[in-house]
Amino acid sequence: MKAGVIIFPGSNCDRDAITALKDITGQDPVQIWHKTTEWPKGLDFVVVPGGFSYGDYLRCGAMAGNSPIIPELKAFANSGGHILGICNGFQILTETGLLPGALLRNAGLNFVCRNERLIVSPNSSAFTSEYQSGSEVIVPVAHHDGNFFADDATLDMLEGDGRVAFRYADNPNGSARDIAGILSENRRVLGMMPHPERAIGGHEGGSDGRAMFTGVMNALATA
Amino acid sequence: MKAIVYVELKNGVLDPQGKAVSETLSRLGFDEVKSARIGKRIELELEDGLAKDAAEARVKEMCESLLANTVIERYQIELADA
Repeated sequence: MKAGVIIFPGSNCDRDAITALKDITGQDPVQIWHKTTEWPKGLDFVVVPGGFSYGDYLRCGAMAGNSPIIPELKAFANSGGHILGICNGFQILTETGLLPGALLRNAGLNFVCRNERLIVSPNSSAFTSEYQSGSEVIVPVAHHDGNFFADDATLDMLEGDGRVAFRYADNPNGSARDIAGILSENRRVLGMMPHPERAIGGHEGGSDGRAMFTGVMNALATA
Repeated sequence: MKAIVYVELKNGVLDPQGKAVSETLSRLGFDEVKSARIGKRIELELEDGLAKDAAEARVKEMCESLLANTVIERYQIELADA
C-alpha cells in the first residue's frame, strides 16, 4: 500500500499519521504539501490529518477545503482512492463536499480531550473490515468543533445506507445521532473526529486504531 | 464599493456560544434577554466601477464557495458606496 499524508499550514497530527503509517506499512508515506497541484503517482491511500489548518480562520477547514491540492484530492476520490480524514481532516472533507454535513462547536463549549468509547456501526468498508460490527473500541478525541450536524434527511440517508462507521458510546460533543464517523457513498472516504492514528499500540497507550489501517492495507492487497 | 456580508447559523442549528452569552447576560441581571445568536460580519472592499448587480452576483459566488457553509449557515449581502 502506497500511502500519503496531506499537510496544511497548521496541521499538527500529520506526524502522528506519518508515524502510524510507517509503523504499519513499513514504508514512509509520501508527504503532500497543500500547495502542490501534482498528485504523487501510484497512491492507494491518503490521510487528511488533524490540526488547526489556517488557524481555523473563518470556519474549521474552510481555507484548507479550498487549497490548491483539493481538486487533486477530489480526483483521487473519484478514481476510487481511499481517504481517511481525521478530526480537522474530517472538517476539511465536509467543507470540500466529499462528505456530507458539517462540524459545529461542541455542544458543551469545552475542548474535549480524552479517550472515547466508540461503537463500530454495521457497514461494509475497508476501514472497519477488521472490527467486529457492534463492538466497542477506545480511540482518543481532541477537538473543539466535533459536533456533527446534518439535516434529518441526510442523517436518515446516512443511517439507511450504512454510511455511519462509528458512533460515540458517550456522546462528548452533541453530535447528531451520536455519529463519530461517516463514509462516502462508495465507502472509500471516511471522516471521523476520533484519532485512530493515536492508538496504534505504541507508547501512546491504546491500540484499537491499528485495525483501521491494517483493514485498509489488507483490503487493498486483496483488491 | 464595499460589500458587507453577514454570516449566521441557520435557525435550528445549535449556537452554544450564543447560549453561553445569553446565560451570562442573564446572570449579570439582563433578565430581558431571551436568547442570543452569534454571527460574523465580513467587510469586503471591491474594485471601483463595478455595476451593483454584477458585484452582488460575484459576492454571492464568494459566499457560496468560501465565506459561508450553507449546510449550517445563511448569509446576507449589503452593498454600499465606500
